[in-house]
Amino acid sequence: MVPLQWYIWLSVALFMIGVFGFLTRRSIIMMFLSIEVMLNAVNLSLVSFAHFLNGLRGEVLALFVVAVAASEAAIGLAILIALFRNRATAQVEDVKEMKG
Amino acid sequence: MSPYLFAYLGAAILVLSGLALTRKNPVHAVLYMIVMFFHLAVMYLGLGAEFLAAVQIIVYAGAILVLFLFVIMVLNIKEEMEAERFSVGWPFGIAISSGLFLLVILVTGNVVPGKQGAYTPAAVAAQTNTKLVGTLLYTQYVFPFEVASLILLVAVVGAIVLAKKKLK
Repeated sequence: MVPLQWYIWLSVALFMIGVFGFLTRRSIIMMFLSIEVMLNAVNLSLVSFAHFLNGLRGEVLALFVVAVAASEAAIGLAILIALFRNRATAQVEDVKEMKG
Repeated sequence: MSPYLFAYLGAAILVLSGLALTRKNPVHAVLYMIVMFFHLAVMYLGLGAEFLAAVQIIVYAGAILVLFLFVIMVLNIKEEMEAERFSVGWPFGIAISSGLFLLVILVTGNVVPGKQGAYTPAAVAAQTNTKLVGTLLYTQYVFPFEVASLILLVAVVGAIVLAKKKLK
């Protein structure tokens, strides 16, 4: 039997891999992939809490997270296509018009 | 779930996501992510979340990552491959993520599960996980469910408007 802590630690490690990717990658598409990794880490912790608490609330919440992740990916990738059409780049450091 | 299966799945998930987020070629990254999502789905199965495991494969591996592949097809992958992989602040990124990791590990070291709910493994086995999740979604969580559908509708319209060439 695996204790709850192991699942939480796995979830935190996965989340931090996502944080690292989001902070360091330059390509916008890889940043979106990092966000997906982070959302999956949160889903893993929600499902493991649901399992260890004998509840289903975590699973229902994880379903909503999946829905939000799908819409976030669709909108983000549409923005990326619009950006690529106008600027022919997918690197964050080439988009700096808004710099204060 | 047996500790050996957990160890394999956890190690595979961490290694595959680490590989995915450090690849130069985004197509390779997406393929690693697909394998990682399958491992995560097996882990959901081990946690008794059968419906979520199916959703993980159908929605994540089947829809979201295919969407990523389509967008990569539109982009100029050659330029993507030649560009520098990490920004100059990558040691900073390692420092922040490992610092946050240590912080959360310290906090979660003595977590104990709270009040037990009514859905014991025996109760779930009598009615199946999918039926119980569906019943909850359409009764207790029907308002969040409608909000989620509205979010998806807005996302569909927004994605079309944003990616359209010219608005008439």
